[in-house]
Amino acid sequence: MAETHSLQDMRQQAAITAKVFIQRDYSSGTMCQFQTKFPSELENRIDKQQFEETVRALNNMYAEAEKLGSQSYIEGCLACLTAYTVFLCMETHYEKVLKKIAKYIQEQNDKIYAPRGLLLTDPIERGLRVVEITIFEDRSLTR
Amino acid sequence: SGCSPCPPPPPAAAPLPPPPRRLRPFNTLDPLPSSDPDPPCEGSRSPRKKWQVFPGRNRFYCDGRIMMARQTGVFYLTLVLILLTCGLFFTFDCPFLASNLTPAIPAVGGVLFIFVMGMLFRASFSDPGILPRATPDEAADLERQIDSAGCSRPPPRTREVLINGQAVKLKYCFTCKIFRPPRASHCSLCDNCVERFDHHCPWVGNCVGRRNYRFFYLFILSLSLLTVFIFAFVITHVILNPSQSLTLLCTVLEVVVCFFSIWSIVGLSGFHTYLISSNQTTNEDIKGSWSTKRGKDNYNPYSYGNILTNCCAALCGPLPPSLIDRRGLIQSGTPQTVSQSNGTSNSSYASTQLHSNMVGEGRRHTARY
Repeated sequence: MAETHSLQDMRQQAAITAKVFIQRDYSSGTMCQFQTKFPSELENRIDKQQFEETVRALNNMYAEAEKLGSQSYIEGCLACLTAYTVFLCMETHYEKVLKKIAKYIQEQNDKIYAPRGLLLTDPIERGLRVVEITIFEDRSLTR
Repeated sequence: SGCSPCPPPPPAAAPLPPPPRRLRPFNTLDPLPSSDPDPPCEGSRSPRKKWQVFPGRNRFYCDGRIMMARQTGVFYLTLVLILLTCGLFFTFDCPFLASNLTPAIPAVGGVLFIFVMGMLFRASFSDPGILPRATPDEAADLERQIDSAGCSRPPPRTREVLINGQAVKLKYCFTCKIFRPPRASHCSLCDNCVERFDHHCPWVGNCVGRRNYRFFYLFILSLSLLTVFIFAFVITHVILNPSQSLTLLCTVLEVVVCFFSIWSIVGLSGFHTYLISSNQTTNEDIKGSWSTKRGKDNYNPYSYGNILTNCCAALCGPLPPSLIDRRGLIQSGTPQTVSQSNGTSNSSYASTQLHSNMVGEGRRHTARY
């Protein structure tokens, strides 16, 4: 696909100017949430609102993954009764949401971040510690 | 007078080996991935998996599917004790009990035994919730933030966070180069930061943390039931059928093991039931983190308020996936985490050669002190 091809090109050819790390927000406990504070390095690259929307969407999806509700209880009890062998054929709810998050990040990168010379790294690749945003050199300035 | 000038060297018959591209630490066991954009011309190596370069002190088996702590001697003792006692029970006591009382006894015993072994293996072999170490870029970014905060005094390595109204201090881990999330702790035996760290259990041969706490709890609970079950029926057997010397010897052995196990394991189950119902970890309980002795307003911010929700959350909550991706392949483009040589117990870094462009190299050279 043309969009992912340009993403690969950018990763290989463009020089990395800086990396910004969005840290975790622990104010609601150990649940996986990221800070929505807009980093100053992105000021001239992307809209503050757009960025906050992305982080909020990610936070909502992680909250959904860790939610304690009837679905997670049923899954937990079923797993215990089958001595956790049920996960050999079925994905856990958390894993399903992680796939959804990966797809969302890919989509955001393709539509919004790559055209602005930015790249979001899926937090799962950084142990859910940070959202890493790589800032590539702005080609439009060098043309 | 000086020494006579050396004669010109004869033309070398064999070419000298090229000098090494960089100094490699003596205690690095594996060759480092190259940081040069050109691939190394030493011949292609099959792609390696991440568990092979894992920086913590863990052991991996079955191509990374199984992971345990370094010291596993006590785990084998646990296995031997359980297998021996159950073996003796099924061989010597069950035939009599099945024929004279009911065959349900060995059936129930069998189910309990399988459950105990299943939970033991699950607790011992899975990732307890290890937090992967920071990539060099992240570590550099954090260092910058920390240093910019303090001036002449040593910079503060703690961050304070308000969780549900309670102030919690997040500590900086010097080994993993991260600010530990709340409830995480660094296990010095395994040299890893573990999420919701409970304790390091030598009987299970692994740390007990967020991902395997429920298996550990179910293991000790079912083991208590199994021990009481075996104890009760062995006594029943002896009472109903006073027997010959060999069976008597086995009986005595079973009774002794069960008696001591009951006191310790049932007690431990009770303690962990209390911990689960109040949503605390062993680590927090021992330190008295949420005890009212520290202050009148001190309370546990993680508790859901009622016992039932706490229990359900601990035992039936969603199981998070492993963050360390131990069977993933190492790609040359991805940054590797900050690592140290296996075997050293300290974690000081004399040199910090951080690369600003993190497209290639990962491993940092270990410090020699």
